[in-house]
Amino acid sequence: MATRKAAKKPNASKDDLLQYYEDMLLIRRFEEKAGQLYGMGLIGGFCHLYIGQEAVVVGLEAAAKEGDSRVTSYRDHGHMLACGMDPNGVMAELTGREGGYSRGKGGSMHMFSEEKKFYGGHGIVAAQVPIGAGLAFANKYRGEDTVSFAYFGDGAANQGQVYETYNMAALWDLPVIFVIENNQYAMGTSVQRSTHSPSYWERGAAFGIAGEEVDGMDVLAVKEAGEKAVAHCRAGKGPYILEVKTYRYRGHSMSDPAKYRTREEVQKMREERDPIEAVKSILLTGSHATEDELKDIDKKIKAVVNESAKFAQESPEPALEELWTDIYADELPQEASA
Amino acid sequence: MSIQILMPALSPTMEEGTLAKWNVKEGDTVTSGDVIAEIETDKATMEFEAVDEGVMGKILVAEGTEGVKVNDLIAILLEEGESADDIDSADRSAGAVTETVEPEAEAASTHAAAPAAAKPAADVPSPAAEPDVPEGTTFKSQTVREALRDAMAEEMRRTEDVFLMGEEVAEYQGAYKISQGLLDEFGAKRVIDTPITEHGFTGLAVGAAFGGLNPIVEFMTFNFAMQAIDQIINSAAKTLYMSGGQMGCPIVFRGPNGAAARVGAQHSQDYAAWYASIPGLKVVQPYSAADAKGLLKQAIRDPNPVIFLENEILYGKSFDVPELEDFTIPFGKAKIWREGTDVTLVSWGIGMTYTLEAADALAEMGISAEVIDLRTLRPIDYATVINSVKKTNRCVTVEEGFPVASMSNHIAAHIMAEAFDYLDAPVLSCTGKDVPMPYAANLEKLALTSTQEVIDAVRAVTYK
Repeated sequence: MATRKAAKKPNASKDDLLQYYEDMLLIRRFEEKAGQLYGMGLIGGFCHLYIGQEAVVVGLEAAAKEGDSRVTSYRDHGHMLACGMDPNGVMAELTGREGGYSRGKGGSMHMFSEEKKFYGGHGIVAAQVPIGAGLAFANKYRGEDTVSFAYFGDGAANQGQVYETYNMAALWDLPVIFVIENNQYAMGTSVQRSTHSPSYWERGAAFGIAGEEVDGMDVLAVKEAGEKAVAHCRAGKGPYILEVKTYRYRGHSMSDPAKYRTREEVQKMREERDPIEAVKSILLTGSHATEDELKDIDKKIKAVVNESAKFAQESPEPALEELWTDIYADELPQEASA
Repeated sequence: MSIQILMPALSPTMEEGTLAKWNVKEGDTVTSGDVIAEIETDKATMEFEAVDEGVMGKILVAEGTEGVKVNDLIAILLEEGESADDIDSADRSAGAVTETVEPEAEAASTHAAAPAAAKPAADVPSPAAEPDVPEGTTFKSQTVREALRDAMAEEMRRTEDVFLMGEEVAEYQGAYKISQGLLDEFGAKRVIDTPITEHGFTGLAVGAAFGGLNPIVEFMTFNFAMQAIDQIINSAAKTLYMSGGQMGCPIVFRGPNGAAARVGAQHSQDYAAWYASIPGLKVVQPYSAADAKGLLKQAIRDPNPVIFLENEILYGKSFDVPELEDFTIPFGKAKIWREGTDVTLVSWGIGMTYTLEAADALAEMGISAEVIDLRTLRPIDYATVINSVKKTNRCVTVEEGFPVASMSNHIAAHIMAEAFDYLDAPVLSCTGKDVPMPYAANLEKLALTSTQEVIDAVRAVTYK
């Protein structure tokens, strides 16, 4: 099957297009700010930026409805912003402060929102895949028509537990969409060097799971594929695989010198395939918006991101007592805790 | 020469069984491969096939007989040209048979011998006091197996959110028959057979718990949970903390743990110390059927991930279980099985079998041992241990786990820190040996701890 491209005529209204532009721009600017704060030593440890991949989550969130759940890997900031989590809470978690989603105890890789049904934020490659199927299991068990999005990368796609999960998801018709964000590099190892048959979505055929490849630099194509996948799941037809071809502009994490690819390769993607520029172009050429209107959106986003950075620096570090809270959901007798 | 047919061992831990049915009668011709009888073990009803050809000469154990010991003579097959009159009276004496096979039979079941399966309840030890139940409570005799099943069934009746998943839990009725009858009562939606993919189904169950359900995951044995340990520790145990208290994982991981009998190194390991070292997990290792029931019900209601370590050898053992509408036991409360003044014995799970036997033997030697069953290893009831040590001034711990970085080490260190001035001797530990579990019967026996080791340790710390 050919990679799904968006229909020639955009299948989205002006308002939709403006919304995708704004949502993708928020992720882009947020991540740039996070990179800056990392450089200043305000964010520590691992920090995996989503720059370049924005169309994936924004397109799929456009296909989701209230009550759907999502779970992803450690490259998770974009997913959180796209499902409506508060940028202040996300940024403050990156700085390890009390105002963060996990009150500073999770960090970049571990944030959650019961309210937005965002289940993390997982640091072990592919561990989120069976968890995503489990969320779908719970949805189905309760007789709800909600679906679960389990995001993972091309690196995770070679893990054994992915295939254990495919088998069970197909066996039990679980309403889960496996979203393979193929950004072409598992840390520093390209798909060509790690994977014998690199069409990941086709592996679903071995389990009887339908799927397709999608152009992940095109938010409209992603949304269209997402709608098809969601409809499949909600109709009780079991899981669906979307292999979304995307690209990350930055290194695997902040400490990655990215020697495994050329500067030209990255530059070419940025210039020719940037997902935000693509929507901008549709907006302008279709006369849906003027340069000034888009500039206003840029300004608004900049203000939101700056506010999140300010909040993340002003929010105090967690109280020292926080070390000992949230280990158990109930109180253990002091003397009895090991 | 007639052929002796002996009661077969049909599982690694089987010591005796019921001769449920004879499919042949005396005088029938039997060829090898014929199903000649049906034998009921505590796990299943098995068909018993003839290995030799001949004519059924004499059936020595009538159908319906219970408690037939493995290797007992149950029938005699006549070879060509022989008649029933030819049966040598010596052949019919079980003694003759026993003599030739006894060394192996004894060794095979040695460590299983302590908790001889299906003993009448009157013979089993009962605790000094029953702090978990109100006065006047009546008791019934139940095996650990039945108690575990009842605990799950009661909790599944309580709320639809509880479900059971694992290998062979549904249609097969449980590899160790723990889930017997649950499929019939609760249906395939709530009693779910999984493929043999521990890593995957554990992660899936963790996701279901995040999604608001209360899964019970049965590992056929905890040895296989090593395939899934990342999901147990990184996903189940840590998420509440990593989410700043937002997202808990109410789930129970249960199944047999530790050595069974003669199943070799990869199937014989006690994981108590592994899991007990993880903040975010609770760890339960019950000994009696009453504790198995009360603690499993508590585990299913617990809002945290709970590791529930059972033991295959204890499954068939009977104990008095309180007849209460809703019997739960809080975590972190040890049970004193026996009060004493000279030494404190601390154990849990299968270790209790050695400990209680040793306490009996020590009493005859004039040494009064206080026996504490910790029951839960996270949280641990340190107070009960420390109070006892302050009274007896001596302590021996007993477990089947490996000795290095063991629960025993941890408890000994805690006693040293909290009651150093009360100790009249070092705390000694009886543990499994620091070797992978060997297969040979005599070596396996040696690799586990023993009642004698407990007695010796007590004599050492009491200088007697």
